[in-house]
Amino acid sequence: MEQLIQQVAAGLANGAIYALLALALVMIFVSTDHINFAQGEMAMFSAYLTWQFLQWGLNFWIALPVVMVLSFVIGVGIERIILRPLHSAPLLSVVVVFIGLLTIFHALAGGIWTHTIKAVPSPFPQVSFPGSSYIGPHQLGMIAVTIVMLFALFAFFRLTPLGLAMRAAAQNPASARLAGISVDWMLALGWGLAAAVGAVAGSMVAPAVYLEPNMMASILLYGFAGALVGGISSPGGAVAGGFIVGVLENLIAFLGNALERATGFYLVGNGEKLTVALIIVITVLTLKPSGLFGHVTVKRV
Amino acid sequence: MSSAPILARGAEPMPLLEVDGLKAYYGQTQALHGVSFSLEQGGITTLLGANGAGKTTTLRSLCGMVRTEGTIRLNGDPILGKATETIVRLGVGHVPEGRGTFTNLSVDENLRVAAYTRQDKVAVQRDLDMVFEYFPILKARIDQQAGTLSGGEQQMLAISRALMLSPRLMLLDEPSFGLAPLIVQEIFRIMRRINTEAKVSMLLVEQNAALALDLADHAYVLETGRVVMSGKAADIKNDEAIRKSYLGY
Repeated sequence: MEQLIQQVAAGLANGAIYALLALALVMIFVSTDHINFAQGEMAMFSAYLTWQFLQWGLNFWIALPVVMVLSFVIGVGIERIILRPLHSAPLLSVVVVFIGLLTIFHALAGGIWTHTIKAVPSPFPQVSFPGSSYIGPHQLGMIAVTIVMLFALFAFFRLTPLGLAMRAAAQNPASARLAGISVDWMLALGWGLAAAVGAVAGSMVAPAVYLEPNMMASILLYGFAGALVGGISSPGGAVAGGFIVGVLENLIAFLGNALERATGFYLVGNGEKLTVALIIVITVLTLKPSGLFGHVTVKRV
Repeated sequence: MSSAPILARGAEPMPLLEVDGLKAYYGQTQALHGVSFSLEQGGITTLLGANGAGKTTTLRSLCGMVRTEGTIRLNGDPILGKATETIVRLGVGHVPEGRGTFTNLSVDENLRVAAYTRQDKVAVQRDLDMVFEYFPILKARIDQQAGTLSGGEQQMLAISRALMLSPRLMLLDEPSFGLAPLIVQEIFRIMRRINTEAKVSMLLVEQNAALALDLADHAYVLETGRVVMSGKAADIKNDEAIRKSYLGY
């Protein structure tokens, strides 16, 4: 039982990371209909920026907003400069550009900061609290940050005119233009927001793992899994999906280990976690293609 | 003697919209072959013609939604080549073909999106009240997802969205399309009120010529991308020869 609770808590902590990255993926998908394969590497790059500011003696909680702003600018820049000329290009060209961005950020990070792994201190106080035998302060902090980000984005999209304009531009670009909305800038804004959310994800992941250019590679896959399970069109769904994937991968590995101990028969274990995540994705997409919480568009026919 | 530019033009009031030699292209295909017309401040003008005559393309050209050549002046200022959102902000409310509903947004959000560019909160609220006075059904459906509205309600919503821009000129693309005659009558009655009460000039594209000629004061007839006939709506309506040869009724 003790172990089970520990596994669930660890799953929630991992899930928080997946959820943050999934949130960034959803952000771009909702505003541009694209899946940004470079999202993970962009987050990794932002994490390096945070690390750099920490090296220069800045407090983490000052460095993070600064890096979020920088990442926002980089995101907007990528959309305006690189993707703008591709607006009417076929999807495959866009995908190739995303792969290109992925390798560029990977190489840039390696080039600037070298490939040696770096330890990043946790921004959360290392104190013990009730239940700290199950979950560490950094893990708990990540979960809190994820939930705060979700509510901040929810409030932005639901309660502000700019958020409404972004939703309108994503949903019906032609009509949005006829409402006087500059759709091009809304797309760039979506990229900027995604990059800023990714910056939070990267900066939260770095203390939990070690900072190095490959840091986000597998996390991106889990982020995809979370976004697809929750529904790629729904920010709340993406966060829920991230947590679900995080907990399920741990639980299934835990049950697999228990099964092996009881019967000697090996079905799944820690080595198959990624496989489990992908099986979850395929199952959800087969049974409910819009994801667990995704929008099914209502249309009168 | 004063030499204000308006007087220099011959003392006539400046038309709200002047279109001269308008050509429009979809890729390699030319859809308009030099359309010219003008629209007086405060009136309702209709563009008539068969399918494919270029009515919708003309409206889309006015809003910079297709590749165009020629001149378009709004209040004397050239607007051809400007971005759609810029033209809209100059006071052109386009009620598009197919109604352009934001289906996943609520009715309230649909209306607020249209007022996005306006800073005058008080006037926006006043316009919202006006919209609900014209179309009470929208107030009853205010929190409903707009995609679940009936066709007539979505048409009302489309007109209301254009109205929320506080436009000088409203472009209406077949507002009667696919609707029951009673609903069409109601919508056209409200359009008349919007024209006289809110002082919004209108350019109406319709396939239903009889309906459009009842509402409009001026009419232009398009055929394969050219203006082939124009005049007072009443004259065209009463000229059987024109009706039979161009309008098919």
